[in-house]
Amino acid sequence: MFVLLPKPLGKVAGLIGLIALIICLMFISIVFGVMDTSWQTAVDAYTNFSGTNEQIVIKEVRVPRALIAVAVGASLGMVGVLMQTLTRNPLADPGIFGINAGASFFIVLAITFFSVNSLSQFAWIAFLGAAVSGIVVYVLGALGRDGLTPLKLTLAGAAMTALFSSMMHGMLVVNERALEEVLFWLAGSVAGRKLEFLTSVLPYLGVGWIGTLLISGQLNTLMMGDDVAKGLGQRTALLKGVTGLLIILLAGASVAVAGPIGFVGLVIPHIARFMVGIDLRWALVYSAALGAVLVLAADVAARWIVMPDELPLGVMTALIGVPFFVYVARKGLTRK
Amino acid sequence: MKKYMHFRLNTPPLSFLVDRKALVLSIVLVVLVLATVILSTGLGAMYIAPLDVVKALFGVGDPGAQLVVLNLRLPRILVALLVGIALGVAGAIMQSLIRNPLASPDIVGITGGASVAAVAFITLFEGVSVHFIPFAAFVGAALVTLLIYVLAWKNGVTPLRLVLVGVGIGSAMTALTTLLIVAAPIQLTSKAMIWLAGTVYGSSWQNVLTILPWVLVFVPLAIVFARSINVQQLGDEVATGVGNPVHKHRFLLLMFTVALAGSAVAVGGAIGFVGLLAPHIARKLVGSALGALIPTAGLFGGLIVLLADLIGRLAFEPLDVPVGIFTAAIGAPFFIFLLYKHRNQ
Repeated sequence: MFVLLPKPLGKVAGLIGLIALIICLMFISIVFGVMDTSWQTAVDAYTNFSGTNEQIVIKEVRVPRALIAVAVGASLGMVGVLMQTLTRNPLADPGIFGINAGASFFIVLAITFFSVNSLSQFAWIAFLGAAVSGIVVYVLGALGRDGLTPLKLTLAGAAMTALFSSMMHGMLVVNERALEEVLFWLAGSVAGRKLEFLTSVLPYLGVGWIGTLLISGQLNTLMMGDDVAKGLGQRTALLKGVTGLLIILLAGASVAVAGPIGFVGLVIPHIARFMVGIDLRWALVYSAALGAVLVLAADVAARWIVMPDELPLGVMTALIGVPFFVYVARKGLTRK
Repeated sequence: MKKYMHFRLNTPPLSFLVDRKALVLSIVLVVLVLATVILSTGLGAMYIAPLDVVKALFGVGDPGAQLVVLNLRLPRILVALLVGIALGVAGAIMQSLIRNPLASPDIVGITGGASVAAVAFITLFEGVSVHFIPFAAFVGAALVTLLIYVLAWKNGVTPLRLVLVGVGIGSAMTALTTLLIVAAPIQLTSKAMIWLAGTVYGSSWQNVLTILPWVLVFVPLAIVFARSINVQQLGDEVATGVGNPVHKHRFLLLMFTVALAGSAVAVGGAIGFVGLLAPHIARKLVGSALGALIPTAGLFGGLIVLLADLIGRLAFEPLDVPVGIFTAAIGAPFFIFLLYKHRNQ
């Protein structure tokens, strides 16, 4: 397999380059938009706040938005690697797997029937939905002799997505009041999210990020197959459980903040593997950085394509991700 | 008693087998469907006894009852029936074509294509007659299926690629639908949501006439091509070996599925899981030979949508709950059960 950066030195340099790219994109995200500002205004907004419109926009809208994009992008990139490793399936992604649909359905349910509005509760509800849907899809896909085939997993995910989305449509038809509140979630976006959204789930995300990096070494062993891993003394069941928990934590928190954003988790791990190879310790770090780059770039692009309106971010990532999905589906299946 | 009766004609040269069990079952189902239609037509805010319904159908009896039956209830019930038949048959063809019991038009993206087109029509062309929505939905379904077919093509189309590419394209369609809904003003949004939930509410004779030709043309055509599907189920090599033009017929049959599922979705909205549910029940009873499966799957499909609509109309009065919600509520757990049951295949 061709790897772009085979040497450790190259990998470190590449990572530094990616971080520079993230900073550069954050700069663009903060400064440009319907209202163009300057870097100076952005700095002033924090050091020399004078209450002008531009400064308020930067403080209340642009900076939270950029930070959320980075956090969500990094999380989704990592989730993709974890899911593709756990299921040994190149098509795994929170969107395809019904995890996004499960989390959104539970949030819609909570808004509609239990009048839940507090941000911290959203996170827990999203975790619950992500867990229910993810576990059902995983168990269904794993049943049987050949285990987790791409076909079975994809079908199980499609079924859960169909189930949740038709129940969601049902609730929204019956209860129009919830419609406006809920549409906000359904599109998947980082626009208009307040900083409190991020800070309320940051602890979960932090645990998810650190936990993922801590188990990356063990996951490398697991990739060699259950039998080999067991032979080397690994407690595979425990490791898989922890991985599942991390997936739910990261994917659930991402949905709670930004709504269902699909295909980031599908595309990023493939690019990361292309750049640094299959060592998961590197692949995870690169996926986090690349995920942040993708979501930031998609968010900036979403603002510019239909100026002064905006495309929802979830639509942008789907438009990027679907051709990729088709490519992987075609390639992955002929190799067999 | 032998399993099959056979018919042979010299002019025109025609021969076919009739599965006795399927024939008996079909007759029973037709009776059941008719009974449900009559019962369903009588039930509602104004109760009409079954006998009076029949009288009204033949144009005799109470004029008030005639008005309710012929102008209000019957079109809706017939649309439900025809939508169900179309979806059931489409599902039966698709499952056999893809050789996977979990495939159905709504899972592999055909319904998704129709949804995008219909929602685009509802939200972007406000004021243009609603009678064009079915047309838009149909074109959407056809175009998206064509796209899926082309993308899955690589020295021919294998069932596995068709499903995976279909699911992928399906999610792209979901994203586009969401985009259209979010971008639209709120009063159009709720209209689009109702369409997406799948409903036969407010169907007119116009709707009946929209879907009827499709059912009348493509269900018999599907039965004619049943042999080809039967052979294809043995695998591409075997089918090619016995002289079946595999890829040509696969494409043709896929188009039948689009015609049926597309027209059903066009008048009924995104009603899910009927295309999955009906063929399974039918297969349990008559086996998987398509000649017998197609009519029974169609009748079961009709029965399911009829019953789902009846429940939606009566259970939560005065609220009219869309059919699609009930079919999904029954269909999705059933799908999960199937996935569990077929775990070794």
